[in-house]
Amino acid sequence: MTHLTVPKTYKLYLGGKFPRSESGRTYPVTDVQGRFLANAAQASRKDARDAVSAARKGFTAWSGATAYNRGQVIYRIAEMLEGRSAQFVELITTTTGAAARTATAEVQTAVERLVHYAGWTDKLAAVFGSANPVSAPYFSYSAPEPTGVVAVFAPTGAPLLGLVSVLAPVLAGGNAAVVVAAEPDACTAIALAEVLATSDVSGGVVNVLTGSAAELAPHLARHADVDALDLTGLDDELAAACQADSAETVKRVYRPAGVPDFAAAPGTARLRAFLEIKTVWHPTGAVSLAAGSSY
Amino acid sequence: MIDFSYAAAPESAAIGRVRDRYLPYIDGEFVEGKGADLETVNPGTGELLSVVSTVAEEDLDVAVRAARTAFDGPWSRLTGAQRGAYLFRIARGIAERSRELAVVECLDNGKPIKETRDFDVPTAAQHFFSHAGWADKLEHLGLGPSPRPLGVAGQVIPWNFPLLMAAWKIAPALAAGNTVVIKPAETTPLSILVLAEIIADADLPPGVVNIVPGAGDVGAALVDHPGLDKVAFTGSTAVGRQIQRRLAGTGRKFTLELGGKGANIVFADAAQDQAVEGVVNGIFFNQGQVCCAGSRLLVQEPVAEEFLARLKSRVETLRVGDPMDKNTDVGAINSAAQLDRITALLEAGDAEGAERWTSSCPLPDRGWYLAPTIFEQASPSMRVAREEIFGPVLSVMTFRTPEEALAKANNTPYGLSAGVWTEKGSRAMAMAAGLRAGVVWDNTFNRFDPTAAFGGYRESGFGREGGPAGMRAYLHDDDEPVLARPASTGRDGDR
Repeated sequence: MTHLTVPKTYKLYLGGKFPRSESGRTYPVTDVQGRFLANAAQASRKDARDAVSAARKGFTAWSGATAYNRGQVIYRIAEMLEGRSAQFVELITTTTGAAARTATAEVQTAVERLVHYAGWTDKLAAVFGSANPVSAPYFSYSAPEPTGVVAVFAPTGAPLLGLVSVLAPVLAGGNAAVVVAAEPDACTAIALAEVLATSDVSGGVVNVLTGSAAELAPHLARHADVDALDLTGLDDELAAACQADSAETVKRVYRPAGVPDFAAAPGTARLRAFLEIKTVWHPTGAVSLAAGSSY
Repeated sequence: MIDFSYAAAPESAAIGRVRDRYLPYIDGEFVEGKGADLETVNPGTGELLSVVSTVAEEDLDVAVRAARTAFDGPWSRLTGAQRGAYLFRIARGIAERSRELAVVECLDNGKPIKETRDFDVPTAAQHFFSHAGWADKLEHLGLGPSPRPLGVAGQVIPWNFPLLMAAWKIAPALAAGNTVVIKPAETTPLSILVLAEIIADADLPPGVVNIVPGAGDVGAALVDHPGLDKVAFTGSTAVGRQIQRRLAGTGRKFTLELGGKGANIVFADAAQDQAVEGVVNGIFFNQGQVCCAGSRLLVQEPVAEEFLARLKSRVETLRVGDPMDKNTDVGAINSAAQLDRITALLEAGDAEGAERWTSSCPLPDRGWYLAPTIFEQASPSMRVAREEIFGPVLSVMTFRTPEEALAKANNTPYGLSAGVWTEKGSRAMAMAAGLRAGVVWDNTFNRFDPTAAFGGYRESGFGREGGPAGMRAYLHDDDEPVLARPASTGRDGDR
């Protein structure tokens, strides 16, 4: 008897669950030849708001975790992605027309990218923080902290690697993310959400919306509980509009200087974009116990 | 009853050598600006202090061009050590003219002479000295072996620390290899123009530093100028928002150091007298005209009543008056307009039912003064508890648990500073970790150092000044590799 395949219903990923859009809307996603692939959920403004509120809850847990723990969880994402490589190779070849070898390379690089960032979590303070030799009897240090809830607009071009490359640095810094998937890459994005859901990432730390970035972007850019925007996936006009909207609550905005080369080593700009530096001062007493000084 | 009155000990205004007229400093020359002259007033007396020639947009073009030429030419050809040598000279120049600068700053700003003498001027010199040493060590900033400067920086600074803010802006920019066009605040243009003389005496190449006095319209025109590579602004959140909006889509780098509503949290186990001193320093230093002022006092309930009593009796002893008097603790409000803004918020506090207490200290009969004020039993929804007052006005709230203190302290769109007073080290560190603020002072307040990053979370702005983080803000830091040409996936046209 012929097996009739059971196609997946692609939904959103909010607060650790996979709900449909509250709007009930979907849009068709096609393969590279334009043939119907799936109906993806078309997220609404209300879904975006739900995602932000889930991310705020996720942020509390994720930012409170130890750096070592965050590194382990991100490494776990890499493990789970590795295990599902075949699924992603198929999604990439189907949706982009890439050769299997190219798609395999993309998946492998995405796994390596996650491992790279897993190793960053407990280095940030050493590399971007400082012990401050202030000219008064105080112990002073400056250390990076996560910015908060980051709305990430995923790029097109590399459905998995692009998404992983923009998401992983946000997570490595301790932030929570509301990801707006690239419109044609909804299936890959939700497949990655399934990886996240089985990777010890607490619900709400990453939330994935599929649908129209142009529709969702203004709401996220104006949302008072979104602390930062990554505009990588938006065109210049929409990005400029979001930058203007972000002024109302003085959001941090990251916009790469061009189209990122995700195949190359990523640098640290994306990490630094979503870190705050906090300086703490604590008295050491008027007299140094370590040594006398005549200066 | 002991008489605590002091005999006046006024500093001599002659030491300031204040001239009748000051000129913009552009391309290494003091030149007449094409804008209308600006009268700068001594807030301590309300009398005219001096006249400053301001710039018009065409002068800005000249200044930006001069900065560009200097950047392309002499400045970028120097070694880091040579750039540093100029900055060391400027640091020494400030120190050598420190008494004069302290007087000029006091006369032009209205802050007490003891603050300009002991804080503003020496810290400004220290800022140049410290950053001078960075100029030949940029490879140690974590941005690769030879980080590049951004180019021409347009900088706009506020009136509350005129000379110190100039140092905070100019020193890191130059150390990193940039050139600058900087606009002082309308009400406090003098000390930076004395700094211009020091810069000229240091033989800094023409155009590396350009100083363009004027009002807010000049600042707006500077920020919008297409010839800039970087904008650095310190001032109100309202203006910061406008700048962020206007720079949207330009790709220009900018950093904003904006307003605040800092919480000063006093636990029951704190050394109470120390905490009283810290709370006083937090809100009455510089008449409270400080972006990181501890303007919200959160005091733990068991000690609230006693703490407030001690606080008020200490505030009663603050000597308010002539900024030039070396005894003065609280000087003049910087301008009539600022005094009006503060007064309007005081009235809002009354209207909303906060209980206003005011020091009974006598005030001078001329100049702009406000007696130290405390709003007791402010609730978090009141304007005096939410909005930046930028004056000697403290709003008091209470809390029971550390969690409640954190929630209340973080219940603000700002995130610049916070203070924690407790004798328990673990609690101090835990609070420091939980406060969403760029600077947290444990058992101290209002400490600043060129080696320590300063800047805000949330609507207090972004970017840092001071330390390695402050240096990075003036260097190319986009190390994300990008493709030479936009990638074509062949799918973009389909959507």
